[in-house]
Amino acid sequence: MIAALGLLVGIVLGVVFQPDIPLWLEPYLPIAVVAALDAVFGGLRAYLDGIFDDKVFVVSFVSNVVIAAAIVFLGDKLGVGGQLSTGVIVVLGIRIFSNVAAIRRHIFHA
Amino acid sequence: MPDTERPEEHAPEPAPDEPIDQPTDQPTGRERLRRAMLRPSRGQVVVAVLLALLGYAAVTQVRFTNVDDTYASLREQDLIDLLNGLTDTSQRAESEIARLERTRDDLRSSTGAREAALAQAQERATNLSIIAGLVPVTGPGIRITVTETDGPVDVDTMVDTIQELRTAGAEAIQINEQVRVVAQTPFDDAVGGIEIGGQLVTSPYVIEVIGPPDALHGAVDFPNGPRAGFEDDGATVEVDELASLDIESVVQPRKPEYAEPDSSQ
Repeated sequence: MIAALGLLVGIVLGVVFQPDIPLWLEPYLPIAVVAALDAVFGGLRAYLDGIFDDKVFVVSFVSNVVIAAAIVFLGDKLGVGGQLSTGVIVVLGIRIFSNVAAIRRHIFHA
Repeated sequence: MPDTERPEEHAPEPAPDEPIDQPTDQPTGRERLRRAMLRPSRGQVVVAVLLALLGYAAVTQVRFTNVDDTYASLREQDLIDLLNGLTDTSQRAESEIARLERTRDDLRSSTGAREAALAQAQERATNLSIIAGLVPVTGPGIRITVTETDGPVDVDTMVDTIQELRTAGAEAIQINEQVRVVAQTPFDDAVGGIEIGGQLVTSPYVIEVIGPPDALHGAVDFPNGPRAGFEDDGATVEVDELASLDIESVVQPRKPEYAEPDSSQ
């Protein structure tokens, strides 16, 4: 419940404040958001599996975000930023799909 | 991205998103979810903070994506790709324009050629109609009035006269405003006059001719010419040169029954 409220509060804050994204962050924020989404779905799945752990969740969330951003940053430095962010998005998308499938099995037993 | 500034904790546990079989002696996922909703534990606070961050970032990004319709935030490579794409598109558009212009020119020239052919054919048809006597015509010419006084006019004299007029450049001939004389018109003797083109024509014979008036006049008057012939037959001849004269009578076109165009010529 608190978690859902937290998500809601974040969305409301974002809508209310309408912050500007600093320029250096622009290429990385979308990737970071997708990586965080992956961590959230992974956490939800672990929770439904009964193996959820706060610490693990925090670590996986942060590391997901950092690694995704780092990969894109590295790609930009190597001149393949666009392709690498596409690759990261694809991998994260696959993981999100498999996690959501597991969550679906838990909730709907289907 | 404030996430990156958080101190990282390294946990030896397996990542929560790794597939692990559900233990059978524990409550099902659905019950666990319900319990979490109803009686939140203290550990959810951390999760809530992270989710708040996620929501904040996601909303920001969504809003930014909607607002940012410029190219300011694109990578150099993206800009190059974009430029290449635009170049390709404009090249395709240009070749399309060239193709369409070619088609337009082709159509235009074929239309022009067709119009020229049509005009030529129409002119030809007009000429042929005049020659065949299918249309009323007007123009300068002469009027020959032959009045029988002492005897009937011989049909040969009439045919000779027509012949002389043709030689002098007659383009259309009409007799008594009744018969249009063309190449096929037959002349025959008849009681009380001459049968021309199936119609009985009687004195006075008024021969109206469109053509060069001087030459036609000369063709009538030369020695031993038509005038002499008519006078020998016992008729008087009067010739008027007219600046303009109308020939109203026409012949009905007849479809040739035996003759047909020889395509080998």
